[in-house]
Formats: sequence, structure tokens, C-alpha cells
Amino acid sequence: MKYTSLKKLRIVISLLFFVLITLVFIDYRNILPEKFARGVLYLQFIPSLIKFINVLSISVVGFIVVLILTLLFGRVYCSSICPLGVFMDIVSFISRKLKKKKRFRYKEPHNLLRYFLLTVTIIFFVSGSIYFILLLDPYSNFGRIITYFAEPVVILVNNDVAGLLENLNVYTIFPVEVRTMRFELWIYPVLFLILVTWMSFIDGRLFCNTICPVGTLLGLLSRFSLFKIRFDEENCTLCGHCTRVCKSDCLDFKTQMVDYSRCVECFNCLPVCPSDAIKYTHKKTGDHNTGDTMIKVNSLQTDYDKNKRKLIALLLSVLAGGTLSSFGQNTDEEYKDSTVPEEKEFPVSPPGSLSIRNFTHNCTACALCVSACPSNVLLPSFKEYGLTGMMQPHMDYHAGYCNYECIRCSEVCPTGAILPVPEEEKKRIQTGIAKFVKDNCIVHTEKTDCGACSEHCPTKAVKMVPYEGDLLTPYEGDLLIPEVTDDICVGCGACEFACPTTPYKAIYIDGNLIHEIAKEPEEKELEKPVGEEEFPF
Amino acid sequence: MKRREFFRKSMGAGVAAGAALTFGSIDNLFGRAPLPYSPADLVAVKGGSPGQMFDLGIEALGGIEKFVKPNQTVVVKPNIGWDRSPEQGANTNPLLVKRIVEHCIKAGAKKVLVFDHTCDVWTKTYKNSGIEKAVKDAGGKIVPGNTAGYYHAVNIPKGVKLTSARVHELILESDVFINVPVLKHHSSSRLTASMKNLMGIVWDRRFWHRNDLQQCIADFATYERKPDLNVIDAYNVMMRNGPQGVSVSDVVNMKTQILTTDMVAADAAAAKFFGSNPSDVPHIRKANEMGVGEMDLEKLSIKRIMI
Repeated sequence: MKYTSLKKLRIVISLLFFVLITLVFIDYRNILPEKFARGVLYLQFIPSLIKFINVLSISVVGFIVVLILTLLFGRVYCSSICPLGVFMDIVSFISRKLKKKKRFRYKEPHNLLRYFLLTVTIIFFVSGSIYFILLLDPYSNFGRIITYFAEPVVILVNNDVAGLLENLNVYTIFPVEVRTMRFELWIYPVLFLILVTWMSFIDGRLFCNTICPVGTLLGLLSRFSLFKIRFDEENCTLCGHCTRVCKSDCLDFKTQMVDYSRCVECFNCLPVCPSDAIKYTHKKTGDHNTGDTMIKVNSLQTDYDKNKRKLIALLLSVLAGGTLSSFGQNTDEEYKDSTVPEEKEFPVSPPGSLSIRNFTHNCTACALCVSACPSNVLLPSFKEYGLTGMMQPHMDYHAGYCNYECIRCSEVCPTGAILPVPEEEKKRIQTGIAKFVKDNCIVHTEKTDCGACSEHCPTKAVKMVPYEGDLLTPYEGDLLIPEVTDDICVGCGACEFACPTTPYKAIYIDGNLIHEIAKEPEEKELEKPVGEEEFPF
Repeated sequence: MKRREFFRKSMGAGVAAGAALTFGSIDNLFGRAPLPYSPADLVAVKGGSPGQMFDLGIEALGGIEKFVKPNQTVVVKPNIGWDRSPEQGANTNPLLVKRIVEHCIKAGAKKVLVFDHTCDVWTKTYKNSGIEKAVKDAGGKIVPGNTAGYYHAVNIPKGVKLTSARVHELILESDVFINVPVLKHHSSSRLTASMKNLMGIVWDRRFWHRNDLQQCIADFATYERKPDLNVIDAYNVMMRNGPQGVSVSDVVNMKTQILTTDMVAADAAAAKFFGSNPSDVPHIRKANEMGVGEMDLEKLSIKRIMI
């Protein structure tokens, strides 16, 4: 069984990608360097494609590598590189362990659905909306599953261990805050996880060949790949072993046909063949076989034609709505309608995202930045970017604030929705501007000192100035009240986070639609202080 | 979550009680008793490196042995609030923290623990302030302070506005508590030194800001577990734009250190560097009125050391 090692190689590579990608998403202590994340995610198809379009740089050609790999070896991306695919293999493996007699059998593809979803995804994307990619991209969904479900569990275990070690005065493992998110945000990832788990539990790679737009796209290509699973008719005894282990249901031993659009090159069929009748090779194995495959491809074509009318009808109806909605999303006005607490006109997108528009058009909501953010300020949005932007992260200044020196999110973002920015440049990026609400402010309402906002402000765009109107209080004209200098404010949200008033803050950040460059804070000469040369007492 | 917290709390309390029963209380009694002879109420040193100034300052106060007895647990509380580099003066100078830890270990301390409830992300502030490395190099242990579970409720019977607070367990459990603030201008409290630095040993600071910050700072200074020693780092002093500072242009290389057991006296002396009278700073005035310490520098015996 010479193909056993090929299958083993596939398993090793796929587990390697699965483990490494999971680690990147679970790295709640930011131990792994950002280069590691970039390297591990380099081949992820959708992020790489979007980043390529976004920055037009040859340094992001991971998706081209995937296309070439597909043309050479078939859909190895789906079987080994896609973390969601490997996840489904694991579920499928467990399902077969539970039910020993479970066998796969050849089934017709769900062409209507898969080409429909692919077309809609592409049409939306071309017309400027990333919405369907956000919903269907396997990498982004996997990222969300890990960030939303797995990472919190790991953190809870970490915290329990930390709690025990703390009593022994060991602090190398320390408690970490668990992100809190509104429950609506969990709905889609939960439903998706259930769907994927169920589909792979009952039928292997059904998801990849029915719903996943990346799978369908690569499937169009893999028909032409050099290396393929090929039958050797002369040796075949029609025993059917191969079909029983084909998790894509794409191999029909009766007609000795492989539906290459669905084959993910898992190589499960190869080692089980007792008569050496099935090969993974670039050589065509005989005229008859090729013809058969051709016939089958033709029959697929007929299927497709039959469904064409239905497909077009469906497409048209969705298109009408889709185009309308994508028009809506393209215009900047839509955000003005968003009503969020503290009357923010716009949400705040992370520094490096250039503008809300650029961010929402390039972010697939994989949640890697959410997981990487050490301040837990980057959280999946709910309605902040409009409904089509749900789960795309925004700066939630009630949860935290953007650390002045930190550029972690821009370093890890794989789609270029957040572009890398040097640390010094980041300190001047103005993502929004602080708005002060005097009537909420402690100094005004309580007539006591506070200044938490100014204290946390890294540029002193929020500074304390004498407060008029407290002459009759115990502090007798001695109080200071915040004042905002707009052009040096960077919108980091430290003031909003620190502001102690409830339920509404007395100072909050209103996002910039397009990020600006803040001015350098002024540097004046210091007066010579009294105590520099000698003791002032 | 709640169950877990309860579990940890009860375990923490158990350990604390156990520790107090086994060795804490007796040591504490002797450790904190006032000595019959005190060389000076307040020592001020000027002109040297942070480490050098501490060497001379602590000697003038009677030596570290006066504060740290063999086999005691020491907690050192510097200001590590902000993700800023040492020359920006936003955090206590790492060289000073290092030297203090070294002195404590030399005096026979069983353990020297260092923490702060930071404002910025604590892993970053610990690292970029240089304090994490300084503590490790000196043989101490740096401990996180940014999780609610570490903080336990205490009463502050003399407090006017602040009558209870949650305090870090290391403060409650350790035999010796050394407060090592950095002197800075402060946009909220006017200046930050000894008393304001104690905001870093409590959990809910928003309460202070909501309920008369200046009064709360003074209130907490009345809490019975006061620092056994205060060392104000005035080596690099942020004269404006405090407590974070915008750039190094806010900082003056003052090369000074103030050592005393009296927080009010320490902060009163510190206020002078800003050209202020101690009574101009509301929380110093209030703490003085509440009897926490002495803000009238005339009434204190001050030893001045110029290097």
C-alpha cells in the first residue's frame, strides 16, 4: 500500500495547519510574535486575496500559491490548509468512530446551491460588499469559532490554574480577563458551528462542496489539475472500498468516475484499494477512463443547464435586493443613521484601517484582531457599522481603550482591513475625536475634582482648565474641568473608558469617517523649577 | 464565575488567616512598633543616582534593618501606571526599585514582592517601565495586580466618603509595606506622590473619581495598614501634563529622593518642588486635618543630604 504514506502526509500537514492556526487565535497572552501569525496565515485564500486587491503587493500572493497548488495537485487547500476543513475532518472522524458501520456513498452534487452561493458571493464582492464572504468564508468562520468559543474556555481554565497557583505565590500563570460580548453576536457563529458540525457529522465534506464559496471556486479549477485521483479500469474489481471512504461523496466506483470539482485530495481512497486500481497521478490511465470522466463532466454540464433557469431566477431576485443593499452600504450616509449610546455619529474603526469604509469593505470578521488586542477594546460590533457589518470589530471604549504604544491589531490583520502602521505613525492617527458633555461631568454636577479623562489622555488633548461656577462650594474656585483640543486628539478612547459617570459618559469618542492625522502636541520650554539645584524646603 | 471567585476568595482568606496565625502577627507587632530613637522624621537626598541616593537616605533613616527583619515578607509598591519608558518619568525609576529590593533581600527578607494596579495594559507597563526586569534582576518577584480576585474588602472607619475599599491581598498579607511613588504633576489630584500612589493598591478607582477624589485620597490614607516606609522618587520629575506626560520635555532631572514614614510629610515636601504650599493641594490639607501625618515642614526634623 504505497499510498499510505501520502495519506499520512496529508494528515500531518493538515493537523499542523490546524494546530498552528488555532494557536494563533488562542494566543491570549500575545506570546507568539506577529511574524508567526503572518506566516501561518499566509496561505489562507480569502484574506490573502482581499489583501492583495487592497494593497496590490507581491508580498501577499498566498492565494496565487493556492491557485497554483490547485492546478497542480487538486484541492489540497481544502483538505490540508483550510482550518475549517480540518475541523470537519475531525468531526467526521469522530462520527465514524461512534458508528463503526458508517459508510460514504456516491451522491450527486448540490450544484444549484453551490454555484448560486458562489455567484452571489462574487457579485456582492465585485459590487463592493464583503457581506457574503464574511458569512461564508471558511477561514473567517473558523477564526470566529476559536475566538468566540475556544479562547474563552482556555482563558477560564487558565484562570482556574492561576487561582490555585496564586495561593502558592506563583504568578507565572496569571488570570486574564474574559471578553464580554452582547449575546446577539453569538447567534450567527453558534448557528454556523452547529451547521458545520452537523453537516460534517452526517456527511464528511458536504459543507465544502455545497456552501463554501472557496471550495466551489477551487472546484472549478481542480477539474484541470495535473495530479488527480484516477482509475485503472483493468485492475478494478468493483469492490467499492474507495467509495465507502470518500468523504466528499464524489467517487463512484460503479462508473469508475471521480467528480473532480468535489474531490479534496484527502487520499483516503488510495490505500484502501486492494487491487491497485486507483492512483494519484498526472498520467491518464487509459482512453476509456478519460472518456468516461468526460461523459460524466458533460452530464454535470447537463445538470447545470437544467438548473440554469432556476438559478437565474433566483439570482435575479437576490440581485435586486443585494444591489440595493450594497448601494446602501457604499454610501457613507448610512452610518449617520446608526443610533448608539452617547449619541455617537460614527463608530470607531481601529487605527490603520484608514476609514470606516475601507475597514468595512475589507474585514471578513475573522476576529484575529479581537483575540490579539491586549486591551480588549477591539470587540465585534453589533449595529455600529450597520447590519451587514455585524461582527466586524469596532473600538468599544466602554470595554477598554487603545493602548497608545500598541500596534498589535495592525500587525496581525490578514486581510489588510487594518494595514500595518509603524508605532510612531500610529500615535498620530486620529480615529475619532473626544466630545465632552459638561452636564454629565462630575466636576460640574458634584463640584468635586475628578479628571480621570485627562489623566488617561496620552496626548493631553483632554486637559484640565479652571472651572468657573464652583465659588460657593468647599473647593472655592479651586476646581478644574476638562477641555478638549480636537486637533491633537487621537480618539484612543482612554478618556471615555476612564470617565466614571454612569450610565452615560461625560466624555466619549465620536468616530472619524476617514481617519485623520492628529497634530503633534505642543512642546513648550519648561520654566526653571524651584527644586532643581537645591532643596525647596 | 461567581462560584469561582468565591472559591478563590475563601481560599485566599484562609491562607491569609493561616499565615497571620503562624508567623505574621507576632512579627508584625515588633516590626511596626515605633523605635525609641528616630534619627530624622524625613530624609531628603539630592544629586546622586537613584540607587546611590537610596543607600544614603535609608542609612540616615536608621538603615533598612529598621524596617525589614529577617524572614519577613516585603511588598514594594512603585508607580507602574503607564506604558511609558523610564526617562519619561511616568513610572517609578527602575533603578530605585531594584536597589530597594536588593536592600530588602540583604536584610534577610524571605520574599520581596512588587506590584501595581496599572492603568495601561499591565503586561506592557511592567515591561516597558523597566521595572519587571529590575525586580527580577534584584531577586524579587513581580506580581500581577489587574484582576479583581486579588482584591479583598476592608473597612476604612475614619473615612468620610470612602468607608470601604478592596485592597490587594499582598498589602494585607505582607509583613512590610514599602511605598515607592514617583513624584509627578497630576491633572486630577494636582500632584501625585505617596498618598495618591495608594490608589494603585485598591480595585475600584472609579468610585474615588465619582465621590470627591481629593477626599477619597485623604480617606484612604487613614486606613490602618499604612506604608511602613515611603520613598518618593523625584529623580526625573514630570512638571506638567501629568500623570502620563506627553514627552520628555515635561520632565526635569531633579535627582532627588524623599524618605519618611509619614505620608503627609512626604507629600508636603514633594509639593514644594512644584512651588506649591502643601495646603494648596487639597488631599494633603485634608489628610493633615484628619491626623494622618504632619504637613507643616517646620515641625519636622528634616535631614538634607547633598551629594
